[in-house]
Amino acid sequence: MELHVSDLACTRGGLLVLSGVSFDLAAGQAMLLRGPNGIGKTTLLRTLAGLQPALTGTISLDREAFAYAGHADGIKATLTVVENLRFWAKIYGTNDIDPAIEAFNLKGLTDRAAHNLSAGQKRRLGLARLLVSGRRIWALDEPTVSLDVASVQLFAQTIKTHCDAGGAALIATHIDLGFEAEVLDLTPYKAIATDASLDDAGFDEAFL
Amino acid sequence: MIALLLRDLRLAVRSGGGFGLGIAFFLILVVLVPFGVGPESAILARIAPGILWVGALLACLLSLDRIFALDFEDGSLDLLATAPVPMEGIVAVKALAHWLTTGLPLTIAAPFLAVLLSMPAEGMVWLVITLLLGTPALSFIGAFGAALTVGLKRGGLLLSLLVLPMYVPTLIFGAETLQRGINGLATTTPMLLLAGITAGAVALLPFAAAAALRINIR
Repeated sequence: MELHVSDLACTRGGLLVLSGVSFDLAAGQAMLLRGPNGIGKTTLLRTLAGLQPALTGTISLDREAFAYAGHADGIKATLTVVENLRFWAKIYGTNDIDPAIEAFNLKGLTDRAAHNLSAGQKRRLGLARLLVSGRRIWALDEPTVSLDVASVQLFAQTIKTHCDAGGAALIATHIDLGFEAEVLDLTPYKAIATDASLDDAGFDEAFL
Repeated sequence: MIALLLRDLRLAVRSGGGFGLGIAFFLILVVLVPFGVGPESAILARIAPGILWVGALLACLLSLDRIFALDFEDGSLDLLATAPVPMEGIVAVKALAHWLTTGLPLTIAAPFLAVLLSMPAEGMVWLVITLLLGTPALSFIGAFGAALTVGLKRGGLLLSLLVLPMYVPTLIFGAETLQRGINGLATTTPMLLLAGITAGAVALLPFAAAAALRINIR
């Protein structure tokens, strides 16, 4: 089992948004996170990534095998496409960036500065970073935003290849990616507002 | 880690990176002082150590908010936090990159600018020594301040208010060592204290800054 979550509760800005979330993600499996805006998809992914602590519950996950891609792509505008990818390759201790460039059709753009890319091209560069990371478990937050139809297919193909090779992916998305994947709808886990349980923490984060 | 250092240095020298901003500010400040206090070299030579140190400190302050704010805005900081590099290391490397693009150029440029303030020649060596010992502390203290204010919109002013008081000891001992060096007095005590502050800042503040960053990216 690549990822095992049980009875997880997450907070966003001091408010409880999700509680009682339990699911498993196996190797070779892709799972789609669904739910209306504000349900807590991003919060769940950020909690899994370790960017924020979980309120309760357990996450069993090998962080050394985990790669997170958020809303922002983390692209440096004044660096070229290749320089951006090479930087992440060095950070993750991998070397080969060519498969990633190939997979996301960035070949003709390699020497272009990132600030000259279109929104969709930037997104493709951001997604290529995941391939460069060489990690098994991917967590993606709205990966298809600003991608055109062909690029979405490219992305779906990449996810399929990744899963067939034993990887796993957890994808928060609103669109149909066109492949069979388990769906986790977060709506039933929406937390009922219980501010009182948080008030006694006694820490006012709004102070700063 | 080295990749991060190289990236930050590369970003600093590319357009909009802010390399040279600090130096230009330092130059303008030093050029303006004689207009303000008059051209008598006796007066200028007397206030030169203080002016040069305050100038270096303010020039350092200019580029502090870029240390983390740019990475925070484009999402790189989140991704770096989930990457297999320790947060403390990220802070230390970014502070080092800030010093290499700000403190070190200031140190190299200072003797040339000191001539404009008619500083005596025997002071030049001390000027370079004190800046070399003191400016790393400015970058590391500044990185801590930048980590505290990273999520705030227009946090630059708050950053200055937080960081400037913490710069006071470095300023006092830096300028004192320089003054004593020029006057031919014993410099060991203030210089050791200056070096001690730098060593302490470099050793401890990356941990404090990393803790602040972890809270701010939640």
